[in-house]
Amino acid sequence: MSRKTKNPTATPGFDPVRRKFLSAMAAAAGVTLAPGVMLYGITRSSSAAARVPGSGVTSDVRWGMLIDLNRCDNGCDDCVSACSKENGLQGHGRKATDAQWIRKVDISNPETGASQSLPVMCQHCAEPPCVDVCPTGASFKRADGIVLVDKHICIGCRYCMMACPYKARSFVHEVLEDQKPHAPRGKGTVESCTLCVHRVDAGGQPACVEACSDTGGGAMLFGDLKDPDSEISQRVAKFATQQIRADLGLNPGVRYRNL
Amino acid sequence: MKRIIYSEIEGRSPQFYALAAILGVFILAGLASAFYMEHYGHYITGMSNQIVWGTPHVFAFFLIISASGALNIASIGSVFGKTLYKPLGRLSGLLALALLLGGLVILVLDLGRPDRLIVAMLNFNFKSIFAWNIVLYVGFMAVVAAYLWLQMERRMNRFAQLGGLVAFIWRLLLTTGTGSVLGFLVAREAYDSAIMAPLFIIMSFSFGLAAYILVLLAICRGTGRELGNTIIDRMGRLLGVFVGAVLYLTAIQHLTNLYAAEHAGGVERFILLDGGVYTFLFWVGQVLIGGILPLLLVFRPPVPGSENPNRRVATASVLVIIGAFAQLSVLIIGGQAYPLNLFPGMEVSSSFSDGVVASYAPSLPEIGLGVGGVALALLIVMLGIKVLRFLPASLADSAIDPHHAVSAKSS
Repeated sequence: MSRKTKNPTATPGFDPVRRKFLSAMAAAAGVTLAPGVMLYGITRSSSAAARVPGSGVTSDVRWGMLIDLNRCDNGCDDCVSACSKENGLQGHGRKATDAQWIRKVDISNPETGASQSLPVMCQHCAEPPCVDVCPTGASFKRADGIVLVDKHICIGCRYCMMACPYKARSFVHEVLEDQKPHAPRGKGTVESCTLCVHRVDAGGQPACVEACSDTGGGAMLFGDLKDPDSEISQRVAKFATQQIRADLGLNPGVRYRNL
Repeated sequence: MKRIIYSEIEGRSPQFYALAAILGVFILAGLASAFYMEHYGHYITGMSNQIVWGTPHVFAFFLIISASGALNIASIGSVFGKTLYKPLGRLSGLLALALLLGGLVILVLDLGRPDRLIVAMLNFNFKSIFAWNIVLYVGFMAVVAAYLWLQMERRMNRFAQLGGLVAFIWRLLLTTGTGSVLGFLVAREAYDSAIMAPLFIIMSFSFGLAAYILVLLAICRGTGRELGNTIIDRMGRLLGVFVGAVLYLTAIQHLTNLYAAEHAGGVERFILLDGGVYTFLFWVGQVLIGGILPLLLVFRPPVPGSENPNRRVATASVLVIIGAFAQLSVLIIGGQAYPLNLFPGMEVSSSFSDGVVASYAPSLPEIGLGVGGVALALLIVMLGIKVLRFLPASLADSAIDPHHAVSAKSS
């Protein structure tokens, strides 16, 4: 009753202020959305390009890596140091608990003596066991195949570390300082190789791949496995490649040649 | 049979308060351990990127599987209709709730981010057996609480059998879930096996009964309530059956793995032959102390005359629990200590402990947290029997054994 007495002449349900506000909002929304829609159209037409900020990740792309072990030197760990630098992984001098996102593994056949060295990191599986077992969904796979941990939802149960066949994950065992803004980490949560998602989304390559081609042997090739014209697709189509623990049927995004 | 009278314990003796205070100290120590771990991070524990689950998980798994096993006593009474066990049903429900709560508290406080417990409640990945377990744990508490009410509210007694059936099925699901936490780990050769679920179920029968026997004996001794020989002797023999079944499934688990060359030279050789402390824990802790010795104790031919079986059965129960910790340590920690096999048939080395048996020593905070969880479970039982009527006033043979009068007359 009291509301009516305030403005007895007004048409019921009509409020000029509200109408103005709503039209302004509609205009603002249009101005905001239009470029996004345009950009969405552009990204759809040029596949495997960098992700446009604000746009969603698309499953038209599957990021992957091909590592040629004939070009990977035994003593070289440029990929490892590039990763640590890029993502701010500083050790505390405690081997058992310090995080390692990528490591060089030396393997040798005890019967023949043949030996090799290869980088191993998160293999960005198409069927990732870490994602299956994660109780909260913090471990997740993006539409473009990159497997990540949402550090806001991770409760630090470490079940994903139990499930990963590649020993690719690390638990943050102590307080962190000087983090990189593009690679946020948190004590008490699990982390692993992000495939340098911040670089990939900006159209770049993972730091390890870049370092390998700059100063290493150029053994690492990054690209879109779904784009038939990409170099990586052409190489995996031409040469036999291997997957670590292929028996598990996880379809990793990281492939090896001459393993 | 006489009507069973249940009553609270008095719980005002200096001994009662002293025991409660001791348990309280252990609980505080457990909380302090958890706080210490969360404050500094897990590097101060024995756990690492190789051994990601350690002593807290051994305690937590023990308590959680014992919880479902402790409920069996009630099931034997109301689901399987064994009259002798019926008076023991209420304590069985209480112990089950207490043990589960103790185990869950350990699990939660060991998390990297225990403050995010609410996140785990709100974000569910239904493909995760861990997420299912959260439902199974919470559901177990609700089902057992309801079952206790059906047993304790005389007007509802007629539904107790139905409640018991639901609780029995739920507890089987619960332990299936707990075993599958390990069984579903496709990448780890020590676990990846369907036998984990039934193995855990039979382990729960054994560990839970041992825990129940010890708690019952302690209460009766502490309160001076009568406890007949028949029930203890029966439970001792039942424990023997369960211990034998655990040994059997353990044998099958290892024999199957030994048959596969893939595992025989790897993790099986490690556990059974050259795994150092884990081999010792397996043969001496799990098989000898937790298996063979309790079997000898409970199935020993009876001494003529009226022998009091309490000490014998209590000793067997203690041995079973020691064996349980050995078994869970071998399984959980030993299974991780053996390196993941990324490159079968190859010798492997790296800066991240590839190809190396991981070393692990439990730290004080881990043990503190684990013991704190056990203390919490025991304190809940103590307070429970003080405030509610969980226990019969007498468990003497004449009071609870339906055959007692008959056998006494015929002899």
